[in-house]
Amino acid sequence: MKKSFVIAFAAAGAVLLGATYSQAGSHSNTVSPEMAMIKDGTFEKSLTGGAGDAEKGKKTFANRKLGNCLACHANKDLASQPFHGEVGPSLDGVAGRYEEKQLRAIMINSKSVLGEATIMPSFYRLENGIRTMKKFKGKTILNAEQVEDVIAYLKTLK
Amino acid sequence: MGINKRLTRLTLATIGAFALSSTIALADADDNELVIEGAKMTTMVEGAKDGPLDEVYSGWRFRSEETQALETDDFDNPAFSAVDRGKELWTTVTGSKGKSCSSCHDKAEDTMKGVRASMPKWDKDLGKPITLEQQINECRTDRLGAEKIKFDHADMLAMTSYIGLQSRGMPVNIDTSGPMTEWAEKGKKIYYTRVGQLDMSCANCHEDNYGKRIRADHLSQGQINGFPTYRLKWNGLGSVHRRFKGCMKNIRAKPFKVGSDEFVALELYVASRGQGLSVETPAVRN
Repeated sequence: MKKSFVIAFAAAGAVLLGATYSQAGSHSNTVSPEMAMIKDGTFEKSLTGGAGDAEKGKKTFANRKLGNCLACHANKDLASQPFHGEVGPSLDGVAGRYEEKQLRAIMINSKSVLGEATIMPSFYRLENGIRTMKKFKGKTILNAEQVEDVIAYLKTLK
Repeated sequence: MGINKRLTRLTLATIGAFALSSTIALADADDNELVIEGAKMTTMVEGAKDGPLDEVYSGWRFRSEETQALETDDFDNPAFSAVDRGKELWTTVTGSKGKSCSSCHDKAEDTMKGVRASMPKWDKDLGKPITLEQQINECRTDRLGAEKIKFDHADMLAMTSYIGLQSRGMPVNIDTSGPMTEWAEKGKKIYYTRVGQLDMSCANCHEDNYGKRIRADHLSQGQINGFPTYRLKWNGLGSVHRRFKGCMKNIRAKPFKVGSDEFVALELYVASRGQGLSVETPAVRN
């Protein structure tokens, strides 16, 4: 787990540098966080240029060091895991409530869709709170591939 | 001390509420009454009209019945070995001047009553508010001729819990007037500033979402009327500033330093949000 964590951030770093190669499979057409501008609450294009992997997305969703989505959202599909949060809405049936381009926009920059007051972190944005710890500075919470994987997973929650 | 004995301390209505708690009470503070050693504590007060909270709740109201019970009986409260140590230290001569706390302050039961309830307090000489720990250190260096000790040093926690206990049951009564206003405002600004990669302020959890579950945790209002508090997670007592640090780290922010102006200001402001709650020092939380 630790290794994949490191690789994930290495990948995010590579994206930042605009590198066209990476260990974690970011593509040459990966959209950088700076370029991922939300328009009318949507973001149409895949951040990686390809479809995400729902199985991997499910793991990223549950992983406390990555998405940690269960901290705030209940999700019956992960009923095997204890302690689902109540801070955000349940994600049961979320695929029927939002289009993919809306889910992507919320994941990238929650504030641009849900409003400035939302508690939800922005998972693919560099401008976050002040005093960010050194090891997280200049990094997004998830990399492009992980965001697309989680979106692919959310789309299965019908 | 068995669970049965603890439960008998709670009213039948309380037990009824507990039975329903997994579906209903989770959404908010519970209705339990806190009685410590026969003394009734105020765990809810109406918020000030111009204040941010309609109802002000002690963190005790958000804890499980088992954790709650630990605070009702000083024999069960795991903080009391530190309190006993504090009582001993009170009369123990330390430092180069051959004095103990009691040399100047006589009996803590008399002279320390109400101290915890009104800290942080303005310090004229320093020209800023100081916390209970800083006041103790000032006494140590200036009057006892002893070294400063850290906020979470075992001896400091023994002193702060023992001194704090003398205010137990008294209402939090923080003065934010005069020169304190500027500091309370500074603390308020910190309270509402989003920090860290996860981009959250104190208010996002403790004002907007108290009463809800965040994973396994039940979010409280982050009131500090029970500090120093025995946290089961810490397996020991800890200062308010230690707790602030933990929160900031969770949000992936670089914490301010224990004893820093920022944390003193934040402590002052957060304490003022809990005006009227009973001091519960030393409280027990999870």
